[in-house]
Amino acid sequence: MSQGNSAAAVASVWAGGRSPYAVNSKKFGMWLFIISDALTFSAMLMAYTYVRLSTPNWPTPFHFSPSIIFSTVMTFCLLSSSLTMVMGVHAMNHGHRKAAVGWILATMAGGGAFVVLHLTEWLNLIHNEHVTPFANPWGVPLFGGTFFALTGLHMTHVVIGLIYLGIMAFAVARGKFKAEDVEVSGLYWHFVDLVWMFIFPLVYLMSAKI
Amino acid sequence: MSTHTVAVDHVDGATTKAFLTVWFALLFMTGVEVFLAYEQIPVVIFLVALIGLSVIKAALIIAYFMHLKFEKLSLFLTLFPMLILCVILMLLMFLPDSSRLLMMRPR
Repeated sequence: MSQGNSAAAVASVWAGGRSPYAVNSKKFGMWLFIISDALTFSAMLMAYTYVRLSTPNWPTPFHFSPSIIFSTVMTFCLLSSSLTMVMGVHAMNHGHRKAAVGWILATMAGGGAFVVLHLTEWLNLIHNEHVTPFANPWGVPLFGGTFFALTGLHMTHVVIGLIYLGIMAFAVARGKFKAEDVEVSGLYWHFVDLVWMFIFPLVYLMSAKI
Repeated sequence: MSTHTVAVDHVDGATTKAFLTVWFALLFMTGVEVFLAYEQIPVVIFLVALIGLSVIKAALIIAYFMHLKFEKLSLFLTLFPMLILCVILMLLMFLPDSSRLLMMRPR
């Protein structure tokens, strides 16, 4: 093979050496995880909708105060934490490690506030409305089962995200990890925020009207 | 590092102004959702508005915060059509069935 031909073979898409998605493997792996997790949440949202539609006396214990107010503030916390996370990634991309740590810690504060408010909302339901995952005063046990499963799985994701971000902040402060690693953790955090954009209207806001 | 892995220069596609604009838009749409929940409007319009706003909010988060707008089209085409198809299949299968169950209940 002549030198010209071998150069053409190296440049070919099929010869390897090219990245079809132009992203690193960690980022692509996180995207694949996010898509699979999105399917899990889609199935759970679908299950909630299914039992809700097929049950005529579906309970709606989410009063404006405290439930809707709490869940709206929780939405604000998550949206704001997404903004601080994206600012953290932005700072890291520009080599500002100290600023990136600050933004990641601010993101953790937003996520922490979300968890505290959500647990308060859960305790309100359990103690004042007497709703548990297995029973409630309205005789529709599937309500508690689907509500706590859906919001519980989401809250678990938030807590895992807080641990993940804590590790990232600690490591970035010590000069470890690159911008792409912070970006991957950011992808996870934004996904957690994104899922809440569907849980909030479906579970809380629809109870106000339907 | 594998010879098949290419170091990709990071292209920082969005600005602080764009992030803030998206954040304000997301907050505004959340406010509209809460407002509609306590307004006297037909249920169908309320549901369509709620689902529509949620999808727009999700798209904004994916495009700007998750940076997908600035990635190659091949990444989007690999990930999202399959996800959307699966969600549509679930909708087609479960929603009519749940309505049918409601109709079949003894009155």
